[in-house]
Amino acid sequence: MAILAPEASSRPTVSLVGVYTWRFLREAPKIPLTILTVLVVLAVFAPWIAPHDKLKPVKPSAEDCIAWFGIEKCPYIDDRPPFWGKEVRTVSNPLGGIQRIKVKEGRFNVVLGTDYLGRDILSRLIYGARISLMVALTGTLAAGVIGTALGILAGYLGGWWDHIIMRITDAWLTLPTLVFAILLSSIAGPSIKNVIIILAVVFWSRYARLVRGEVLALRERDFIKLSEVTGVSTFRIIFRHLLPNVMNTVMVFFTLIVGVSIIIEANLSFLGVGVPPPEPAWGLMISQERESLMEGKWWLAVFPGICIALLVLSANMFGDWLRVKLDPQLKNR
Amino acid sequence: MGRFIVTRGFQSLITLWLLVTIIFVAVRITGDPADMMAESRGDEAYKAQLRKNWGLDQPLHIQYAKYIFNLLQGDMGHSFEKSLAVRDIYLARLPNSIKLGIAGFLISIVLGIPLGMLSAMKVNTQWDNLGKIFALLGLSVPNFFVGLLLIILFAVGLGWLPAIGKGDSFFDWQHLIMPAFSLGWYFSGSMVRITRSSMLDVLGTEYIKLARLKGLPEWVVMAKHALKNAMIPVLTLAGLNLVIMVNVAIAIEVVFNWPGVGQLLFDGMSNRDFPMVQGIVLMSGVMIVILNFGIDILYAYVDPRIRLAK
Repeated sequence: MAILAPEASSRPTVSLVGVYTWRFLREAPKIPLTILTVLVVLAVFAPWIAPHDKLKPVKPSAEDCIAWFGIEKCPYIDDRPPFWGKEVRTVSNPLGGIQRIKVKEGRFNVVLGTDYLGRDILSRLIYGARISLMVALTGTLAAGVIGTALGILAGYLGGWWDHIIMRITDAWLTLPTLVFAILLSSIAGPSIKNVIIILAVVFWSRYARLVRGEVLALRERDFIKLSEVTGVSTFRIIFRHLLPNVMNTVMVFFTLIVGVSIIIEANLSFLGVGVPPPEPAWGLMISQERESLMEGKWWLAVFPGICIALLVLSANMFGDWLRVKLDPQLKNR
Repeated sequence: MGRFIVTRGFQSLITLWLLVTIIFVAVRITGDPADMMAESRGDEAYKAQLRKNWGLDQPLHIQYAKYIFNLLQGDMGHSFEKSLAVRDIYLARLPNSIKLGIAGFLISIVLGIPLGMLSAMKVNTQWDNLGKIFALLGLSVPNFFVGLLLIILFAVGLGWLPAIGKGDSFFDWQHLIMPAFSLGWYFSGSMVRITRSSMLDVLGTEYIKLARLKGLPEWVVMAKHALKNAMIPVLTLAGLNLVIMVNVAIAIEVVFNWPGVGQLLFDGMSNRDFPMVQGIVLMSGVMIVILNFGIDILYAYVDPRIRLAK
């Protein structure tokens, strides 16, 4: 079959790609697609969309300063509820020393409130989308490349290649993902780059196992046999015949693993071994506000949590839809 | 059967050896354990001293030989922070984690299996959608966040349950229920999915059609014929989940201040206690290898086709 296929140059060009993309998007489930698009746009254009800086505290207005400290210029106001909220508590005045009852009201310029350092939560969430998406996508992609390559090698070359690669893969799969990731990150130290590397190191084995299975089945198919008989080089068989045929499976798996990656990254950041502190990673934002939860300031931890859940949810829904679409046998599953 | 056990046992041993080696190699590739231990007091002389104390200055093959030799004797090294054997600290904490794991396991089963069955019996209806949404939510909301929400709601807001700690008596359900639910929540999603697909497989078979043709009432068909046959993959996953739950409740144990293995791992990370972290990770791998071995044997015992195949 494959040798009869038309060459790339004779295929209809770009306009059809546009048509297919459009049809693809129109069939995709609306809710996850919308959420994903919004999050991606927010992530890409974060510096233009975010109302405040991600690291600097929002400057309080003169009235707020007078109300709080009795002077016109004050350092910053630590935290503020979301715009509908109202918080009443007693504070000691750092200048006078007398205890006074203070009422904090939400402001529209900091819609979701500010954190314990006075930084705008909404802006940090928007920048956080950047981190989550970048880390999860690059990490999963790297894992996919390594895993697919090893899976194809194991499945197609067989013999000792297969034995060695699959034994290692199996051993790799026995460690719970989160535990393994924590081991690596506690040694590598917290940094965005390290989280990406760790995701790749942890997840490649899942791809390898999956792709090897696919390749084992493909290897027995006629078009591969035919290519072998006609003397097509191993290199060309792998890149022209095997790779395109496992791409569907790999793509579906990719979308599903992205969801898991985001959760693993959130867990690592939450435990303090993922993305390091000044950066606004969602998991980190939750962990920094754990103390204030006990004081009833629920909003500080809830908003980033909702963001994580929405992102993972839509990635998973999208992945499920893609899985059914690319594999009609699963229609009812 | 005997031969099957021996081959599988041998394979498991190789997997164990690879696991141990992977941890050894991965640790040394990703960074220098001495850096991890010495971060705040990071001058070179101190690091050199650390390396010497912990045998990290020796050639790799000697380190490896010592590491394997010690492991064979059940010695996972000494905790850097508490100067006790890692094994003893670990074993002291393990019962708490097992208790939490079992509670989470029960919750995942109670939530997951009925909903999965309902989904399969009423396939492509609103009930099915409910099951799908539940499974998706379970897999999408990070479990530590579920824990925090529960604390906000039941401990801070309503004041019904204690927020953190494990309680004094062993049967203190009030302390147990929130961490167990956050843990079980995540795994109930996968339970719904596997129950549903396994039930769908069984419901499509000939013997279910026959049972219906015989005129058996629907609940007998479901309870006696479908459920029993659909349970094999479900219980396998559940068993595996139980062992995983004992080991991955790290963030939950931190949130609820639950004194289990996960919190020990977190403390090990915060205190830069390298032998501790390595030991705990190793143990979680070992548990899973042993469990997989057990499942294989059980399967072979139940299903002769497996043990007679190559």
